[in-house]
Amino acid sequence: MNNNRLAIPLYLLLLIALVAAPFAGAYPVFVMKLLCFALFACAFNLLLGFTGLLSFGHAAFLGGSAYVAGHAMKIWGLTPELGLLLGTATGALLGWLFGVLAIRRQGIYFAMITLALAQMVFFIALQAKFTGGEDGLQAVPRGKLFGVVDLGNDLTMYYVTLAIVVAAFLLIMRTIHSPFGQVLKGIKENEPRALSLGYDVSRFKLLAFVISAALSGLAGSLKTLVLGFATLTDVHWSSSGSVILMTLLGGLGTLSGPIVGAAIVVALENKIGELGHLLARITTVDWFNTLGESVTMVTGLIFVICVLAFRRGVMGEVIAFVDRRRTRRG
Amino acid sequence: MSISMPALLSQLLLGLVNGSFYAILSLGLAVIFGLLNVINFAHGALFMFGAVLTWMAMNYFEVNYWVMLVMAPLIVGVFGVLIERLLLRWIYKLDHLYGLLLTLGLTLLIEGVLRSIYGVSGLAYDTPEPLNSATNLGFMVLPNYRAWVVVASLVVCFATWFLIEKTRIGAYLRAGTENPRLVEAFGVNVPLMITLTYGFGVALAAFAGVLAAPVIQISPLMGQNLIIVVFAVVVIGGMGSILGAILTGLGLGVIEGFTKVFYPEASSTVVFVIMVIVLLIRPAGLFGKEK
Repeated sequence: MNNNRLAIPLYLLLLIALVAAPFAGAYPVFVMKLLCFALFACAFNLLLGFTGLLSFGHAAFLGGSAYVAGHAMKIWGLTPELGLLLGTATGALLGWLFGVLAIRRQGIYFAMITLALAQMVFFIALQAKFTGGEDGLQAVPRGKLFGVVDLGNDLTMYYVTLAIVVAAFLLIMRTIHSPFGQVLKGIKENEPRALSLGYDVSRFKLLAFVISAALSGLAGSLKTLVLGFATLTDVHWSSSGSVILMTLLGGLGTLSGPIVGAAIVVALENKIGELGHLLARITTVDWFNTLGESVTMVTGLIFVICVLAFRRGVMGEVIAFVDRRRTRRG
Repeated sequence: MSISMPALLSQLLLGLVNGSFYAILSLGLAVIFGLLNVINFAHGALFMFGAVLTWMAMNYFEVNYWVMLVMAPLIVGVFGVLIERLLLRWIYKLDHLYGLLLTLGLTLLIEGVLRSIYGVSGLAYDTPEPLNSATNLGFMVLPNYRAWVVVASLVVCFATWFLIEKTRIGAYLRAGTENPRLVEAFGVNVPLMITLTYGFGVALAAFAGVLAAPVIQISPLMGQNLIIVVFAVVVIGGMGSILGAILTGLGLGVIEGFTKVFYPEASSTVVFVIMVIVLLIRPAGLFGKEK
């Protein structure tokens, strides 16, 4: 943890930038969406990067909680904080169910089981009445926080979102540096060894899974609160794929990586059309104009490149670079 | 609740058709995983690629179905050989998960390219000439093409089983799965064997794709839902046994078919529910060995 001297000022800088963002002309709703996905990716990284478990079912926690929170706030008229709590609890419950089943098998089976279970949640969401099927839940009201603070105002909503995401991030940071987090790391490095030291590996894995799922649930319900809708896209397996990409691209097992990865992926998904037009103008290749419709192709390409040549991810490379310079100097 | 016999039998047949696809695909996954230690997420995309190739050949070059039944698997097999040589080769020494992620990327890439050409709507595809009629068996009307799919799949599945369990090549393959370094020391070209195995596995997927084309709507997305069900099938059956994979695939197809008759709402989830039950009772899978 010798990077603290550099890392803390950088995190503070990022926080200041985020606080100032709405006044610097950033579109609050876009930044809020980005924050939700950053939280989602950080929660996911707690599992993949720090425990070594590849879950392919995180879409179920994001999407499932989004529906429950949306339903609670729209139909039952609950206040936003209760909606978020209920969403987080849904994530935790689903995470517990998935975890109990998936931890029974090792390695690659774990990924396949979580993927299959998430697909089951997808079909349930497609057929159940309360999710609104293909249309999803529309027009979820933002309501008043604790019955007092009106979240209808984008700026108020922005700072509430920022506060929640920062708190959740600190919680993840604390978890990783706690003795519990060290055990998780030990399991990741050498599971038989952790077992032989007397740790109940399955229970640690399950707890990590539940925490990760609960925080993903928080991200999902927060997203519903911000955007006012919950749709099938969130529960679809491609969401699980994109959170893996965010984490991988940003840097597996680094604290800040998923934030960077989420920013890149969300920005790419939103701006790829414009990027295509720009490339078309520069290279005069007409095909680039259709790039906006081929997001999957581009994400696929990034996946392949990341796995083959860029496994440390953006922040992993940055940290390695800083370390190299330090050892050369000292 | 009254359910007519012909309706039941026709769903049973449709279940067998789907089950055949599950069997061929899970078989290919198991063979590839055995030797490469890679779960080939791209299996569904290559299944789709086989179907789309057939559609392209029929529409642009007027090549007939029977030619494509041989050509599509060959083309996809060669494509698979290229994938293995150029991409997969570099990640064998890494954690399992990178194989899954790499093939996931390939899936998105293949699907994305075909989507940008054909969109997501289904492409029309006619049932080939001698099979587009139906036979009246007295107790039910049997669509010839569906019967053909089941028979052809079974023949291919058992041919694969024979190849792996009863021939010399198969013996090398099984030995390579157990201990590749020892086999290499005996002078067998293991890297070549790995390449060909991947090519063979994805050629099987393409073969299933050509068979499926007239039954399922062809679209660039036809593979992705199927592959997730096939993953569940693999979890249920375990990847230890070839016959186990075939039986599990067919059996689950039939169960799915019956669910469509008795409780249609659950037909898309029944395989996953069975997976949960199997995980609770026999975590290693029906035919699996715990490593």
